[in-house]
Amino acid sequence: MSILLNKHTPVIVQGFTGRIGTFHAEEMKAYGTNVVGGVTPGKGGSTHLDLPVFNTVKGAVAETGAEASIVFVPPPFAADSIMEAADAGIKYCVCITDGIPSQDMMRVKRYMRRYRREDRMILTGPNCAGTITPGEAMMGIMPGSIYMPGRVGIVGRSGTLGYEAASQMKARGIGVSTSVGIGGDPINGFSFRDVLELFEADPETDAVVMIGEIGGPQEAEAAEWARAHMKKPLMAYVAGLSAPKGKRMGHAGAIVSAFGESAQEKVEIIREAGHTIIPHPAAFGETVEAVLSGKKVAA
Amino acid sequence: MDIHEYQAKELLATHGIRMPRGGLAYSPEQAAYRATEIGGDAWVVKAQVHSGARGKAGGIVLCKSDKEVAAAAEKLLGQKLVTHQTGPAGKLINRLYIEETVPIEKELYLGFVLDRKEERIMIVASSSGGMEIEQIAEQEPDSLVRASVDPGLGMREFQAREIAFGLGLDGALIGKAVDTILGCYRVFRDFDASMLEINPLVVSKNEVIALDAKMSFDENALFRRPEISELRDKSQEDARETFASDRGLSYVGLDGDIGCIINGAGLAMATLDMIKLEGGEPANFLDIGGGASPDRVAKSFRAVLQDKNVKVILVNIFAGINRCDWVAEGVVKAIEEVGVNMPLIVRLSGTKVDEGKAILREKAPSVITADTLKDAAVAAVAALKQTQKNAA
Repeated sequence: MSILLNKHTPVIVQGFTGRIGTFHAEEMKAYGTNVVGGVTPGKGGSTHLDLPVFNTVKGAVAETGAEASIVFVPPPFAADSIMEAADAGIKYCVCITDGIPSQDMMRVKRYMRRYRREDRMILTGPNCAGTITPGEAMMGIMPGSIYMPGRVGIVGRSGTLGYEAASQMKARGIGVSTSVGIGGDPINGFSFRDVLELFEADPETDAVVMIGEIGGPQEAEAAEWARAHMKKPLMAYVAGLSAPKGKRMGHAGAIVSAFGESAQEKVEIIREAGHTIIPHPAAFGETVEAVLSGKKVAA
Repeated sequence: MDIHEYQAKELLATHGIRMPRGGLAYSPEQAAYRATEIGGDAWVVKAQVHSGARGKAGGIVLCKSDKEVAAAAEKLLGQKLVTHQTGPAGKLINRLYIEETVPIEKELYLGFVLDRKEERIMIVASSSGGMEIEQIAEQEPDSLVRASVDPGLGMREFQAREIAFGLGLDGALIGKAVDTILGCYRVFRDFDASMLEINPLVVSKNEVIALDAKMSFDENALFRRPEISELRDKSQEDARETFASDRGLSYVGLDGDIGCIINGAGLAMATLDMIKLEGGEPANFLDIGGGASPDRVAKSFRAVLQDKNVKVILVNIFAGINRCDWVAEGVVKAIEEVGVNMPLIVRLSGTKVDEGKAILREKAPSVITADTLKDAAVAAVAALKQTQKNAA
């Protein structure tokens, strides 16, 4: 049944009536996502894209039974919107917004801990392309057509690099169970490891592609966890071999500032943990194909 | 975003951190005047550049008279200071900070960072100040004291006290160190810093004093910190990066000769990796972002062409919210308006790819097109080799 999202999941859009929210809400509906309404404070009671608009997330949840929310709210207000979703009982939230201050995200993470683990909202992002379960539903800004339904999970920080992986796989007839973007910010919601746990437990996922990059400890942490707990094959690519130390490469989190944060070091750690390395960004398709067919892949 | 030592000290002074008396100078005369104004019989002349390890590189000079101060200033101003952090190009010295000297009884280290693993503000301190934190961690790991701050509650006084005792202080110095640590924390929190380092923090005549200060800020929070944005010193940045960032482009200058225009930070990093793997060297990282108009694409060409080392340009777009037809129009615009007198390789994929390719075929037949990331990188490296051969 894929992870996080399927065609039945009732989704609301926070920042619904803005230009970006409108554009992507239409795209998501066209793809088949069960969009049930949206939230824009001050515009409650009106209708947008033939769907009801609410002033608050609580109002939207009460009226529509929404379980998931996608956030397109501008950076100064986005952290507040995520906390509002968590408090309203939303189970899964995708935050697309790029540019949220780190200290705001620290407060979001702290705030979410007030809920018991089983009641706690799952957050992916911010600064991500979103999540798609191909052929069923998408909560994000990706071009849906490049994903083929199938049984390989994808989790990555970058949007466009995830597209690259999915399209190389599609070209070889390999489909995706769910693709999850965790975003390029230094402090984010679900980590690589958290998403791997979901894929490992998902009966419709056979193998997982992890697309990491320079900066932060999450790839290494996920590789260590997977060594002990994951039976499904894990393949990984780490972007940024040519990134100089101390330079921020676009993403707020893509910066090598400590030991173990460079692409070379991460690749070594993942290899050492026994997982397959995807050696370069043109090798997603061939590596996944080889692993699925049971061939030995040179690590 | 980095700021200068004197700017960091001004911020810290507003929160009660003690530091030696000092003043800013833009000329040797001003430097000598500052020394006289401060008084005493010894001063340090400190080059204000965005880098650590200035002392080892000759950027900090001890002087015994105002004449020596003027001479040191004369020598430093207008020079480029090369430290192991600046790279071989170095950074321009266009202002100096003149400071009184103080007797040092003890050198400590105090640092604040945003810890990505804990997702909290983390404080690291050591009784072995004066050397770099990496060195301390390697040579004196037992001297390190750490604390992490609950973002819901802020830093508590006992945490600062634990650090003060952990640094081996006692008596009246404990209270003074606690005030210093809490003051630094408030500056860090209230101005959305991403790094604050006082190295060394010294004990001098029964006071706790910040001899140096280094700060960086979260660029995502600058919208609400206009007073910090004003501290930006463009002379400390790579000129190519300033040009691009003034035009809203995410650009990082590198040392190679293949100029790159890509959408998405991850795909951009991956494309640079691919170029390297094929034996080329990228000249830059450039992410044009989502929903790029033809105009924005043309601007990106201008930014890439600022770099005179660029011999070949590679455009790699995997369009999601971007549109390949707009990108293609942008490429045509750049050729017509900016002038691209070098091989240009374009790889388009995703939204409206057929329309984009048709535009290139019709209006920009000289463009080398590629269907995959690998083909694009191979073509770019081949074009570069051809150019070098023709030149030879």
